[in-house]
Parts: sequence; C-alpha cells; structure tokens
Amino acid sequence: MSKEPVAVVGIGQTKHVAARHDVSIAGLVREAAARALADAELAWADIDAVVIGKAPDFFEGVMMPELYLADALGAVGKPMLRVHTAGSVGGSTALVAANLVAARVHRTVLTLAFEKQSESNAMWGLSLPVPFQQPLLAGAGGFFAPHVRAYMRRTGAPDAVGSLVAYKDRRNALKNPYAHLHEHGITLERIQASPMLWDPIRYSETCPSSDGACAMVLTDRAGAARSPKPPAWVHGGAMRSEPTLFAGKDFVSPQAGKDCAADVYRQAGITDPRREIDAVEMYVPFSWYEPMWLENLGFAEEGEGWKLTEAGVTEIDGDLPVNPSGGVLSTNPIGASGMIRFAEAALQVRGQAGEHQVPGARRALGHAYGGGAQFFAMWLVGAREPAS
Amino acid sequence: MTGPRTSRYARDVAVVAFAQSDHRRRTDELSEVEMVMPVLHRVLAATGLKAGEIGFTCSGSSDYLAGRAFSFTMTLDGVGAWPPISESHVETDGAWALHEAWVKLQTGEADTALVYAYGKSSPGSVRDVLTRQLDPYYLAPLWPDSVALAALQAQALLDAGETDEPALAAIAARSRADAAANPHAQLRGDVPQGDYQVRPLRTGDCPPVGDGAAAVILAAGDLARRLCERPAWITGIDHRIEAHGLGLRDLTDSPSTRIAARHAGLFDAPVDTAELHAPFSSQEVVLRKALGLGDTVAVNPSGGPLAANPMMAAGLIRIGEAAARIHRGASDRAVAHATSGPCLQQNLVAVLEGDAR
Repeated sequence: MSKEPVAVVGIGQTKHVAARHDVSIAGLVREAAARALADAELAWADIDAVVIGKAPDFFEGVMMPELYLADALGAVGKPMLRVHTAGSVGGSTALVAANLVAARVHRTVLTLAFEKQSESNAMWGLSLPVPFQQPLLAGAGGFFAPHVRAYMRRTGAPDAVGSLVAYKDRRNALKNPYAHLHEHGITLERIQASPMLWDPIRYSETCPSSDGACAMVLTDRAGAARSPKPPAWVHGGAMRSEPTLFAGKDFVSPQAGKDCAADVYRQAGITDPRREIDAVEMYVPFSWYEPMWLENLGFAEEGEGWKLTEAGVTEIDGDLPVNPSGGVLSTNPIGASGMIRFAEAALQVRGQAGEHQVPGARRALGHAYGGGAQFFAMWLVGAREPAS
Repeated sequence: MTGPRTSRYARDVAVVAFAQSDHRRRTDELSEVEMVMPVLHRVLAATGLKAGEIGFTCSGSSDYLAGRAFSFTMTLDGVGAWPPISESHVETDGAWALHEAWVKLQTGEADTALVYAYGKSSPGSVRDVLTRQLDPYYLAPLWPDSVALAALQAQALLDAGETDEPALAAIAARSRADAAANPHAQLRGDVPQGDYQVRPLRTGDCPPVGDGAAAVILAAGDLARRLCERPAWITGIDHRIEAHGLGLRDLTDSPSTRIAARHAGLFDAPVDTAELHAPFSSQEVVLRKALGLGDTVAVNPSGGPLAANPMMAAGLIRIGEAAARIHRGASDRAVAHATSGPCLQQNLVAVLEGDAR
C-alpha cells in the first residue's frame, strides 16, 4: 500500500504580540484560520476535518477549549480532534492532520495551534504543586539551564555563543512581519548586558510570552493540483517520546530527538542533512539550544554544533540558515510555536517567506520539542512532490 | 475469510486486546502511573507484545482532572518509553486517541498500536471542574455544572414526549443489573433511583464519579489474526462535533452521532450490541434514536457509564467492551460510541465486526 502525498497549500498566522486584548480566543484562532483559507483560496466548506493543538489548558484556564472553538473554526458537523503533546504540540498537531490525508481518511484538513498566554499566567500554569513529585517552581528556564551548563562543560563552547544566537534570531525577526519581538537597534552588547536569569541564560536569550495562532491547510495530490500558489510537499514526518526522568537520560542530546530526525531523513531520502537541507526552523526557546539541536539533529558532529553558530553558518545568508523567521526566541505562543516552525519551513520551500526568504530553498526542516526535552515532532518539506 | 465484510479503508485494523482497571470512587493511595501500569501490563500480556514492539502509542487524559499542566508526561513513564517510542496524546477521551492510532495504522507506518486512557475524578469536584470546559467568556462564569446541563436536556426530552421518568429509571435499573456481571463496574446490582439531583434527574439517572483506566491494542491485517483468535475488526469509525452553545442545538437529537454513524457504515447492516457512552439515562434515549437502535439490540451489556464512568476512559471502554464481546463470540457486529463536551456535543461512532462463524 502507498500513502497519499500530502501538500501544504495554505498558511495563516496572526501578528504575534504580548496581549491580544482586542479578540477572544475564538477571534484569535479564526483570524489565523481565515488567513490560511484565503492563502489556499478555499472556503470553510472545502474543509473536511479540523485538527487543533495547544499546550496545557491551564495556560488559558479553559478545559478542552476545542469544544468551545468548534463554531469559530467552522467545525460544526465535521470531525474535530484535539492534540496535546506539551511544547511539541504544534508540530504533532500538523503531523496528525497530515496523517489523515496520507491515510486517505480525509482529503483536505485544516490544522491550527494557538496560545493566548495573556488570558492567564504561564509561570503559574507550570508551577502547580503535585503530591509526590519534584516541583519545578523555577519555570522552564530553571529546568533547562543546568542542561545548557552541561553542554558548555562537555563541548568547551565559549560563553558568547548563546548571545550570538539571540542576536541572529532577533535580527531575523525584524524581517518577519508576524514576529512578536521587533527589537530595532538590537546589538550584541545589549544582549550580553541583559540580566542573568538562570545562569548561563540571560534575559535576552529567552523566549517571550506571546498571544498567537498558526493555521495550515493540508490536502492531497488532487487538492495540490488546484492550489493557486506553489504547495509545500511533506517528504517525511515523525514523532518520538522518551520518559521525563530516568537514569542515563541525556538531557543535552536526547535519544528521542536523534531517532526522530533519523526517521524523517530516512523517509525523505536524506543522507547528508548538512548539505541537503536548505533551511531549518528549529525549536530554540533558550538561545543555547541552537548549537545543542544542531548536534542532536545531525547537522554537526557531537561537540561541534557551537562552531557552526560561531562561524555564521546559521545566519540567514549562511550555508545552513536556522530560524530565518526569528524563531521561538522572537515569538512564543507556546502551543503554536511548534506549528509556526512547521509552517515557516513550508513558507520557505513555497518561496513565500517574504523578506526572510532563503533564496532557492528547496528542502526545509520544521522541528519541535516539549516536556522535559522528551517529546519530539519534526517534518521535512520540499518544493517538489516526493517520489512515491 | 480474508478480512471483515465491509471494510472501506486501506487496511483492515482490529481491536485485539482490551483491559481495564476496577473503577472506584476513590483511589487516594494510587498515583496515576500506579493506576495505569497494571492495565498496560494486562493488555500487553494478552497479546504477548512488549511495549518496545508496539508501532505507535496514543493516550487520552485531561490536565484539569489531574490539577496540573503536562500531567500525561508522568504517565508516559509508566509505559516504559525507552528506547524512545512513536507516541502522541489527545486532551480528551481515549476513544479519540484510538481514532488517531487507527489513522496511523491506515498510513502503513505502524502495524500495532497501544491506546490507553485514564482519569482520576476523586481529588476534586468533577461537577465544578467540568464547568471550566464551557465558553470561558459567556458561560463558564455562571458555573452551570454538568448535571444541571444534562437535566436541561432531560427536561427537553420529557417536554417533547420522547421519554418519561419511569422509562429513565428503567434504563438506570437495567444498566446496573447488567453491571452485576461486570467485576470492574463501580455501581452494580440493585441500586436505588434516589432523590432528585437536578430535576428531572435523580441520583440513579446520573453516572457515578470515579477513578479508572483502560487500554486497547490495535493490529492490522494478518498480524491481528495472529494476536487474537477472533479480532474485532473496525469496519468503520468517525467522529463529529456540534455547536457549543446549547441554544443553537436541538437537545432532543444528536445529529453529530447520526453523521458519524453514517460515515462509519453503521446503517449498512444490523448490529446485535451497542456500547453507548451515555453518562445520563436520558442521553441513552437520544443516542438510541440517532443510531436507530431497535429493541433487539443489547444496549450497554457491560452496565455502561451509569455503572462506571471514569472520565477520559469511559469512551475508550465502550470500544473495548464491544470488542471484548466479539472476541468471546457474544457479538458479531457491534457499535461503540463515545462522547465529549456538554449534552453530547462531540460524538464518536465505531462499528466492530467479527469474522463470520
């Protein structure tokens, strides 16, 4: 049996900001969905099913919000599925939607992910006490900082690498009209002078809290043939999970991430990712995760990732552009962040990325992770229909 | 026979094993991991598969029941996800996790799937908790609880002449009498109908509040036959959602259930068994009509959700109970139903068939 090829024919995002006081949650998601439909030149009636994702319900204080959002997303009378895989959810949601098309269960699927963090307080949402479990009251930064330290110790990476990533991503964000942080006049010195939050992570090396949504229209080969703009084709997609805590877990380079990337490359026929992939949208919520994931995803040998960053390889005009959109460091509506990576990868191979377009991008990787670096979701998209 | 009679999909996929916990009012002494693990071990043992041999894993649960964000990350530890596994999670009833897993098998990327679901309602007031799944701006601030909303639906049915209170009491009595033969059920045998909770619903018309877990294994094609003597083939599965606002819906009907049933091929041939996720007796009336079930169909022979309703697992249990009847030869063609949201807002229908005998 062969799978149906899956194409991305519509992409919509909101302008991501700290607080969208002008819209409800329903208004926010509908804005992104309407833009994705307009991009695909399709109507609500053309959609067979809706797959929606977001991070914990405590972030907005609404339990299972897909129930309330059915009307706003035109899902009444249709299948609607809610996915939740922590921070990787935006990526996982897109993959679940893609599988519906690949399995020929539905032909055209709307997939959407969102977070409206201004409705609540994410730090509070992540810090509820749990009996018999170690509390993570320091939020995500407190959890990840020791692993960054471990990476620095293991590889001998110089202290400046983290700020180089932040400097690059914040400059890239200036080219992306949907990015949350537009820091005009940003300098490397300003980043290095920003307060230390969780040593070695500085304020300017962390992601913001954003309100935002991202939507995509996925369709089959026949749907792609009708698409008014070039589609992005899914060449490979995979999810991998491993436990949060166990003896022998490598927090610097989790096995689940390596396995997930290897599965995607196998599906896409990629043998040398560093040479064959033209752009990467990587989930980097704290700047040091760029060199860490460069190694985990097979773009660099172990211990060598920071050298690519330091040499400018990951700059938008470098040999392997990473986060030309500005990435999670510039825009972080948590539940949507993974889908934005997937969508931005698709924009690149469609040639639709505007000012932050990587010239001639033919194959791009979208990457997401979540939990205690335990859930991974990735897809590789290309400008050409995959060979079946 | 090389497969089920009416498959319309790329691959034949069957439920080959089902396990569930004993559902109880409280499980203070158990963490969620401790509640789920024995169920996972039992369902894997039924097929002889190990966690590492499963092609895809998917679970259903709710952070709001657990009272913390990312609650499912800890439960995953109970699966033994090492080496890393291909895995996903839905923030709703495990029946939808089963749908996601079934789609994964249809792509051909996996040949087996482990689906599990769990919920502990005992730490909080589930009636209060469920108010948080309503429209957060206009409805949730009023705190209308799940029993009150179900009572609105029941009253609409009474007003329309679709049922009466003795008929509802008979549904409750039949469910709990049937549950007497189900060792996992929470309420069994002769349970009094009790006082009004919210008119016209009495205690007996409402589900028990309890904790529990369930797990199912899916397998494709010949592998399903090797793992199970009589696989329960999923010949159709579909789910649909309705408008959230109760004022926009005819509460005496369930069009989403009917659409899902049609897409699942339910109406192509008669069924002998129906496992319905109708937490309130009045909702069985709505579902029977939407699914066109006659009096010859055994409805909720397990006792149904009126005997045990562990949130987020009760829908998956309906699929598991229907499959188990096919496994043991008590059914040839069964329908299983799961619901989510207030007053049957979202509904899933699966048709299960055994090979001809």
